[in-house]
Formats: sequence, structure tokens, C-alpha cells
Amino acid sequence: MADREMNDAAPAQLALASTAGAAVDSDVPSRRRFSLPLRRAPRRRRFSLLTRRDKLVLALMVGIPLAFDLVFIWLPCFATMGLSFTDWKGYGAINFVGLEEYEKVWSYPFFEPALIHNAIWLAWLACIATPLGILVAVILDGNLRGSRVYQTIFYLPVVLSLAVIGLIWQLLYAPDVGNGFINSFLDALGQMPISLPLPDMSHTDWLGDGNINLFACLVAASWRHVGYICILYLAGLKSVDPQLREAAAIDGATSRQTFFRVVFPVMRPINVIIVVITAIEALRAFDIVYIVNRGRNGLELLSALVTNNALSEANRVGFGSAIAVVLLLISIIPIVTFLVWQAREDLE
Amino acid sequence: MTRTPRKAARAAETAVPHRRRRHRHVGTYAFIILMAILWIFPLIWTIYASLRTNQDTTLHGYFSLPSGLTLDNYIDAWNGAEIPRAYLNTLVITIPSVIVALLVSSMVAFALTRFKWRFNIPLLMIFVAGNLLPQQVFIIPLSKMFLWSGFFVPAPLSDTGLLFNQLFGIILINVIFQMGFCIFVLSNYMKTLPKELVEAAQVDGAGVFRIWAGVIMPLCRPALAAMATLEFTFIYNDFFWALFLMKDGDRRPITSFLQNLNGMYYSDYSLLAAGAFLAVIPTLIVFFLLQRYFVSGLTLGSVKG
Amino acid sequence: MADNDKSPGLLTGGQVTRREVLKKGLVAGAGLTVLPTVIAACGSTAATAEPTQAPGATPTPVPSQGALSGNVSLGSNLSDAVPKKALQDAIDLFTTANPDVNVKINTVDHSTFQDTITNYLQSTPDDTLTWFSGYRMRAFVSQGLFTPMDDVWANISSNYTDAYKTACTADDGKMYMVPWATYAWTVYYRKDVWADKGYAIPTTLDEMKTLAAKMKADGLVPIGLGDKDGWPAMGHFDIINLRENGYQFHVDLMAGKVKWTDPAVKKVFTVWKDLLPFYESGSAGRVWQDAAKNLVAKRTGMMLQPQVAETFTAAGDADYAQLAMFPWPHHGTEWDAEEALDAPIDGFMISANSPTLAADLANAKALMQHLSTGEAQGLAAKANPANIACANDTDTSGYTDLQKAQVAVLAKAQKLTQFLDRDTKPEFAGPNGMQAFLIDFLQKPDQDLDSFLGKIQTFWDSLD
Repeated sequence: MADREMNDAAPAQLALASTAGAAVDSDVPSRRRFSLPLRRAPRRRRFSLLTRRDKLVLALMVGIPLAFDLVFIWLPCFATMGLSFTDWKGYGAINFVGLEEYEKVWSYPFFEPALIHNAIWLAWLACIATPLGILVAVILDGNLRGSRVYQTIFYLPVVLSLAVIGLIWQLLYAPDVGNGFINSFLDALGQMPISLPLPDMSHTDWLGDGNINLFACLVAASWRHVGYICILYLAGLKSVDPQLREAAAIDGATSRQTFFRVVFPVMRPINVIIVVITAIEALRAFDIVYIVNRGRNGLELLSALVTNNALSEANRVGFGSAIAVVLLLISIIPIVTFLVWQAREDLE
Repeated sequence: MTRTPRKAARAAETAVPHRRRRHRHVGTYAFIILMAILWIFPLIWTIYASLRTNQDTTLHGYFSLPSGLTLDNYIDAWNGAEIPRAYLNTLVITIPSVIVALLVSSMVAFALTRFKWRFNIPLLMIFVAGNLLPQQVFIIPLSKMFLWSGFFVPAPLSDTGLLFNQLFGIILINVIFQMGFCIFVLSNYMKTLPKELVEAAQVDGAGVFRIWAGVIMPLCRPALAAMATLEFTFIYNDFFWALFLMKDGDRRPITSFLQNLNGMYYSDYSLLAAGAFLAVIPTLIVFFLLQRYFVSGLTLGSVKG
Repeated sequence: MADNDKSPGLLTGGQVTRREVLKKGLVAGAGLTVLPTVIAACGSTAATAEPTQAPGATPTPVPSQGALSGNVSLGSNLSDAVPKKALQDAIDLFTTANPDVNVKINTVDHSTFQDTITNYLQSTPDDTLTWFSGYRMRAFVSQGLFTPMDDVWANISSNYTDAYKTACTADDGKMYMVPWATYAWTVYYRKDVWADKGYAIPTTLDEMKTLAAKMKADGLVPIGLGDKDGWPAMGHFDIINLRENGYQFHVDLMAGKVKWTDPAVKKVFTVWKDLLPFYESGSAGRVWQDAAKNLVAKRTGMMLQPQVAETFTAAGDADYAQLAMFPWPHHGTEWDAEEALDAPIDGFMISANSPTLAADLANAKALMQHLSTGEAQGLAAKANPANIACANDTDTSGYTDLQKAQVAVLAKAQKLTQFLDRDTKPEFAGPNGMQAFLIDFLQKPDQDLDSFLGKIQTFWDSLD
């Protein structure tokens, strides 16, 4: 108690402030509330309610986690950037080689496919999975019988690990008839008396064929992504002021018009978050592809290339770091977008 | 204009009588029912496959009506694949991680939102961005750090002095990595708490730590409950850290342990299905019991007050 | 599945698979003494020259039985039940003779062990560990991650042919590994199916093609393949290359001394292309175990994959009794006489960075010596009939017919290789490397071979 800056003066100052007619606005930071009326401009005395001990505690509260964050995330992040300019093999000397590793990445036969696949992943999530999630959320919003049941069904994949999701979908995608569900089903369809004029796809190598396995994995990833988006969007929808909708309905708007002209614009914060999450999930794609075939032959992704090169027996650390930097540069776009938006919101 | 979670809940409750009953087309119902069936099907199929007998599937394949159902696959997976051990590892990793992550994050969120400082926003951004980075961007130096950390990790936490291949190491990186998200959500939540509370407590002479523990934390209970549910799921489901920061098979948590299962029981789909299902049971339990917390946790971050 | 993407260790009895195995007999050691004098793990200059057999410094006498005490740790990639048990049996024998020694086995699943091997060896490895011969051994030795064991070899050298000695010698002339088990990459088939359809073992490539065509007409899949893990196809490449261009060419190709754009390599792929119509379709999405199941189920005619023996063992005695094999046929080139084939050797090594090594070194060496004996290896071969032991004095009287056949094939071979992904750089042979290239070829055999091989060569050149 002895080290309080404001001790007995506090009540007096409060009284001063109120008698001086200073506005006690609850939104004004507490410091200003207690500022004395100006007697000698320009100096304004501010009193803080924080003792020195408090400040220390606060510094520790933020400082220690910050230190860990910097050491275990940001330091390695910058170290990756640094290592990308070396040809280090995980042991021995670290030689600075400039952009040599980046040149190797550029001519790496699996780099271009990886970029394309990451782009396809993003495009799929953005154009198919996320809109589907929004659609489901819109449908589940409002009075739908059994809405809770549907919600549970769509949310379930979100709580499953991607490793498990990969396993589950492999049971469906196994190529031999009698093992995998999809091919067995197609085979059974083909053997029905009424033969549909469709090509026989019952021997499709869903996970092995480089032309289609990316899409097979995307379906598995969407299984989870749709539920994720649905949760977020549904919550946002439920928090939209119903009066807005009623007003639109009174004005004679159809439900589609109501959604696009009234609800959607109002959901701006959610929309931003959805966009950012979609982008980040696309860049984070790793687990499913790794589980299926480690990320090769149609499933190359930047993330898998990093680990296959730098964290395997091969240990091409410099090279892998260069790929990681490419991934980082691409990721910066959604991250910075989000941070800027968030900062603007905070400053408002 | 969005509302705080509490207001939104109240609005949703009262919305029904006020909202005009919208006519739901048959088409909408048909669509959503079809979608729901498609969505639940993979899980149903997995359970079905896990209940098949080896004989049955060898003779008739998996796409067949069962000639007898059995729990043998679960028993085999449980015994043969050392699943109890993996469960234990997972619990040892997940529960402390969740607790520490939430404690630390709430402290940081408290400090950054309740006290005005020039660097609040940049700091917040540093934390949040740390969680938005793809893990592959910094795993390489991180794994090296873990391998060379041999100078400061005391005995009970590590049996080799390194962070590598230690449960403690996994706990550490999980806590740090999840901090960003937790801080983000909790700070959004704390901003909705009235400022007067803190000030009143300060005027009463409480130190910041006491304020945090006695005033803020109890008020954040809904958010903490939600975050706990969410973080439990995230950390439980994490596959990446243990894959590259651990080597011993018997120390791995259950998700990366599934890789083991995959390797050992290749093409025995029934056993794999049983193992996969055993692996997800804890998250399913948490989900079904605490679904509303799970949902509100995800939305706390996005639905701002 | 991603977990299966390295070539199998013998110690796992082939790649991660199900472990139900019969107890069969031991291998005839006699056959092994006739093994060729030069086995080389390709890719090294030293190994292909006359084996510089340096027993090393004056051999430290290994402590007599019973005099040892303390601990020793063993890192093992034998994650599957059967090879794990095989190892345990051998270890139990050791601890019975040395009751004061505590042997701790740390088992990690097979592919994780390989993936994390570099980190593992550099940080805190166990005193001893399982590993493979070939380039992979020599590369790590040159990084100083293993301890030589010339003194152990001084005691056991008479128990091994020169071929094994060479395989265990690194570029500096010292010996770093004791062999444990090996197996031969030959073509497997079901006797009953072949007898039923009247098939005869092909001795030339043309005969094989004719046979395959006949099998196809009979409704069988002629040549089975499950290449989801990426490595099974390498066995096919290896054997065709060995037949077409010979052992030395193959070794040089693995070492990068010969370019992939060499017309001889193009010949290999052209020959292979002719066979591809007879291969099981959709191999990239099928794990080899499923392909093996097709062989058990009489849907496939033959499979170039030794690990099918495990699947047959799992299927039961009746099926296992029908399993037989023959070496890949001759191509009509001068290299047929070499009778070369892949015969990967798995063994044990002593690490260099183990924190307890100084204290445990004597125990480690004694353990190595013990595991190199026929007695220990015989137990393993008994437990896992897909493999055969390496030591000369192994009691092979109890070997199964298949094991005896393996011994015979290996005895006849003049040259042995270690398998593509052990004979060359791991970054070249890995998932984003030869695995991917070979799958690409299997899926698009009609692509322009020149540009395909150019891609591979460019990739090799980019690795330093």
C-alpha cells in the first residue's frame, strides 16, 4: 500500500474532477478521467492506478509468454528465412550460398505441381467448400425441424483429427472392389439390370491416380471444412438483429433478397473471418495428403515438400527452408489482411 | 450490427415468435436431408467396417451384408496397438496444455485489453500471427532447437535433457502455438467486460494479479469453458508436432500413433477402422457432452461484442 | 499408405505388415559359403574395388560370457510383432548368458525410424541400433555417427563370406555393421495355380511375356504390383537394369557416374514398358499387401516381391505351402551370367553419440557379437520365414523350402545389390524423388522417355 502513487489524493481528485464539471465518460480511459483541470498548459498530469509492483506483474504476465512466443515461433520463423540462404544439410558447417537454394527450388520438378495444387486447394475451398458451408448455415438458420441433429452431423467431422479423417476416407477410396466402398458401390451399380449409360468407374484409383487424387483429398478435407464454416456462419447468422430481417420482409423482400441485400452485408466481420480462415486452411493443408502418400504423385503440396526434404532422412535443410519461405510469403497475404483488419477494428 | 454472444442467445430465443414463419420448401428439406446422409455416411461406414469379422471380409469383401458382427477388432486394436499407452500420452499432453494455455492466454489478454499501452495492438498481433502461420514455416529450426536444447531442460521434464522426444516438449510447443488463438478470443471477450470492474478493484487496492484471479477469471468462465473444449479438441487432434518432434513409438499421442497403426495393420481395414474409432472416442465424448461450449468457443472469436 | 514408403527392412520381415507368422526351421548355412565374393552396396568407389578388408586395430577381446554387467540400449525399427519377437528371442539368449546385463530395446515404427534417423543419430541415439547396409550406412559413417567395430569382426570374420564383409565395410575401410538377415528379390507364385493351368517357370524374358499373355487370357492378372508406398516398383527397375546392363552399370548409375539419360537406361524403361500391359492396374493406389492378397486369392499369376511370404504366412499353412519362387528370367544379354539380384542386408550398428556409450561400450560390442552368431540369427529366421540368416554357422536344417530356395538363389548369384533406395542418396530415392518418378512412368508408360529421363537427371544434378 505504501507504494501507491495515488493514495489519499484519489478521492480528492475525483471530487475535484466532478466539481470542475469534467465529463466522466465511461469510455474515456481511466487515466484521463482523473486528470486535473488545466491550470498550467501544456502539461497534463496523469495518474495511473497502477503501482510499480502492478506494472511489474503486468510486464511479467505479458513478457514471459511473449518471450516464449518469440523464442519458439518467431525466432524459428526468421531462422527458416536465414537457413534458406544456406545449403546446410543438418550437420556440419552452414555455408551461405545466396539464392542458390531458391534456384534449386525453382527448378525442382515437384515445386510447380505443389504450387498448382495449393492454388487448386484454395480455389476449391473458396468456391465450393466455403459456399457450401455458408449455404448449409443459411438453411439451418431459422426454423428447420431437426436443426440440432443436422448441426451435430455437420459439426462432427470438425472434432475429428485430420489423421483420422484421412483413415476414414481411405476406407471409402480403396481401389479394389470389395475393399473400398466407392468402387464397390459403383461396381454394384454397374451390375444392376438397368445399366446406366455411364462409364465404368468402379476401378478408379482414387488415391493413386495423379489426375484425381487431389480432388479425392479435397472431398475429404471439405467434409470437415464445410462443418467448420457452418458453425462460424450459423453463429453469426443467429446474432443478426431479427428486426432487420423483419423490416426487409415487411418491405416485401424474398428470402434470397433478404439474405444478399440485408443479412450478408451486416455479417461483414464474420465474412472477413471466413475468408481468412479459408485461405489459412488452404495453406495449412498437410495432414490428409501426408497420410495418403506423403505428398507425391498428384498430392504435392508446399507443406509436404518442406517436411519431405528437410525433416526426413534426406535432411536438405537449406532447400527445405527455401520452400518454407515460399510458403511463408504466400501465407503473409491472408495473415496481414487479417491483422490489418483486426487492428482497424481495435482502433475504432 | 452484430451482438454479443449473450444478447444473441437471447435474441435467438425470442426470435421465433417474432420472426415470420418462413416457408421451407420441400426442396430445401430434401437437400439438407441428402447432405446430412452424405455427411454422416463415412463415419457410419467406418463403424460398420470395424464390426466386421476377418473371415467375413476375406470371403465377401467389405461391401457386403454382415454374416456376423464382432467387437474383436476393437479388442485387437486395443491390445495389439498399445492404444492405452497412446491414450495416456495424449492425456498427459492435452490436459496440461489446455490448462496452461488458458491460464497464460487469459493473463496476456487481461494485460493487453484492460490496460492501455502503446504496444498493446502490436503485441496482440504478434501473438495472433504466431498462430496463423503454417506449422511448416518454422518446424525446421524448431526441431533443431529441440535437438540441441540440452542445456536447460531439468530432469523431471526430460529424461535426456533435450526437448526432443519429450512429452514436455510437445506440451510446450502446443501451449505456445495455441496461445495466439486463445489470446485473440479471450481478448475479444474481455473487451466486453465493463471497465469499471477493474478500476473499482484497483481503487479497492487489489494488485493486478488479484484482479485477474479474483475478478476477471470468474467472469470469463463461459469463454474459458468454451476455449477449454475447443483447445482440448485442437491439441488432441494435432498430428504434426509429435510426428517431427518425437521419435519413440511408446511416447506418441494417439493421432500420430495412428500412423503406427496404419503401418502395422495395413490393409486390415477392419482393424484400422476400429483403431481410428477408438482414437476419436474422447473427442466425440467431449463433443457430445459439451457441444454448446464447442460452438460458442469457435464463435466467441468471430462474433465480436 | 504413407507409412510404408521405404524399402523393407528384413528385420521387419518386409515392410510393416501383419504379424502372424509360423515357426519354421533354420537355414542351411552351407549354401551361404558359396556366396559370391563381391557383394557391393552400390554407389561407392571403395566398395566396388577389392574389399579392403582391414580387421583394424588389435582386436579388443570381447569379455567372456558372464563377465559383463551394466546396461546396453538397442534402437529397433522392428515394429511388427513377428520380427520384434524374433529379435527378442535372440536378446533373451544373450541375457541368459549374461544375466547382469540389462538390454533395453526401444522400438519405433519402421518408417518413422528411418525418417527421424538423422535427428536420432545426431542427438541421443541408443547405444546400438538396427540399420541397413549400402549407401545409407556409408553416408552416416562419413558423418561420424557410428562407431567402428573392427574388434568384434576380428572374432567373427570367419563366420561370414567376403560378400557380407564388404557390405559391412565403410569407405574408410573399417567395419561398422554386423549383418542380421537378408532376403532375395525373386518372383513368387502359387504352385497349385501354375500346376492347374499348366504354366512353366520362364527362363527367358520372352518366355515370361508369353506366359503373361497366357495368364491374361486365362483371366488372371499376370504380374501383381502394389506400389502405393513407392518402393516396390524399384525392385522391378533394379532387376531389369541388372539384366540389361549388368551389375557395374547399375552401381555406377546409383552413384551418379552414369547418367540417367544414357541410352542404356532408356533401354531399361523400354523393356519395362513392354511388360507393363501385364501389370496389375491401379498399382499406385494399392498397398503391396493388397496385391499380395490377390496372389493368395489366386487372382494374380506372379509377383516380384519377397514380402508376399508374410501375407502367405498370415493366410495359413495351406497357402504358405503353395508358395514358391523363381529368379527373374534372363534377358539374353551378356549380363545374365551374373545372376545378379537385390538382396538387401539388415544389420546392427553401434552409434557414436549415445550418451551412455562410454559406459556401455563393452556390453554393446558383446551384444553385436552375439547377434552375429548363427545361433541368434537362426532364431530370427525361424520366427520370420520371409528372411534368411547371414552367418555361416546358422543351422539351416529347419529352413522351409522357400528359405532353402532363397539360399540357393543367393548362392548362385555372382553379384548382389542392396535395392535402389539403399544404394543411392535418400533424397534421390525418396517420396519426391525416384518413388514419384517411377509411379509417373507406371501411370504414363507412353510418355517421351527422353524428357522423362532428362527430368530425372536434372533432379539428380540438383542434389549435391
